[in-house]
Amino acid sequence: MCNTCGCNITPGNRPLVMAEKPKNGVTTVSVLQNLLSKNNHQAEHNRAHFDAQKVLVINLMSSPGSGKTALLEATIKRLRDSLKIAVIEGDLETENDTKRIQAQGVPAYQIMTGTACHLDAHLVHNALHHLALDGLDLLFIENVGNLVCPASFDLGHHRNVVLLSVTEGDDKPAKYPVMFRAADLMLISKTDLLPYLDDFSAINAEQNLHNLANDAPVIEFSAKDGNGLDAWITWLQSEITAYKALLLKQQTQRPKIQQDGQLLHAQPGNSKFYPVSNKAKVHK
Amino acid sequence: MDQVMTIAKTHHAEKVVRIIVRIGPLSGIEPLLLESAFSISCAGTIAEEAEFLTETLPIRVLCNNCGVESEAAINNLLCQNCGGYNTKLLSGDELILARVELENAD
Repeated sequence: MCNTCGCNITPGNRPLVMAEKPKNGVTTVSVLQNLLSKNNHQAEHNRAHFDAQKVLVINLMSSPGSGKTALLEATIKRLRDSLKIAVIEGDLETENDTKRIQAQGVPAYQIMTGTACHLDAHLVHNALHHLALDGLDLLFIENVGNLVCPASFDLGHHRNVVLLSVTEGDDKPAKYPVMFRAADLMLISKTDLLPYLDDFSAINAEQNLHNLANDAPVIEFSAKDGNGLDAWITWLQSEITAYKALLLKQQTQRPKIQQDGQLLHAQPGNSKFYPVSNKAKVHK
Repeated sequence: MDQVMTIAKTHHAEKVVRIIVRIGPLSGIEPLLLESAFSISCAGTIAEEAEFLTETLPIRVLCNNCGVESEAAINNLLCQNCGGYNTKLLSGDELILARVELENAD
């Protein structure tokens, strides 16, 4: 623990450390509350809902056009006979993706975000009113195509899968560290195009991912020629097995990269107040 | 803003003087953008004239292999001592409302 950032402050010594002297009728209140606590609260609610229905929820994120929907189409084709799958689609406009998923014979609900660049826990919660969860094994949430904002919002899902298509370049994990740090699995898509690209190296992409202290597995695939899909299906099935085993132990699954610093520094749940002026104490 | 208002109400404050938010680079939040969003959201409230300050926290990692704590870069979270990737983030992904300064009725 260090003295630089304040992470040596524990719940025990916090009141002593954080107390500041009042000046001119000004009260300083130490809060240390996560600013996204409202979203996180809703996310936990969603997760409890998913767990009650025993459905593994995967948050699929990538830049626009990396092949999220194509991956889902190929996945559904392979798994629709053995698993019950549904999809929540997030897009700024159009129901194109939902129609593509529905054409595969599985339920899909479109969240149109308008101008918002990401899904949040409340949007997903609203979508759940339109989608029956009972009997489902697997729910995909296809997030808005964006490598920035979706990474900051917990939706209540269990796993983060991030796609990187070969045309985007192998340095994307270094350019978008917040997103790729959150990946439980990185998929390299459109590998059928590799013969035409001399500047994409899967090894470099993996190294850039590992530089984020993320040891998530990497699977290369092409939805077009089907290469690599077996490995992806195996990963999905092992995740479902692991998730069901956790549920039996009354536990749930969470994306592997939790907000570690956040958890160390912010107080969970409701904030506590340490008023420093007598006036505030009287009112408390 | 809701959080600030709740706190102000709890403490029967007349005015919010200062709001201090701690932001880690890995939170994905840009301090300047949050500041401008804040000025819009507090218009017409008792926090209208509040000063909005952001404190940027350093990215620090603790290595699970060699036990050394080091300062890391946003896209290189490896241990700066041994180069291992089995590190735990100690600080750098926060978005925390740290302190609120309130003016009470005299």
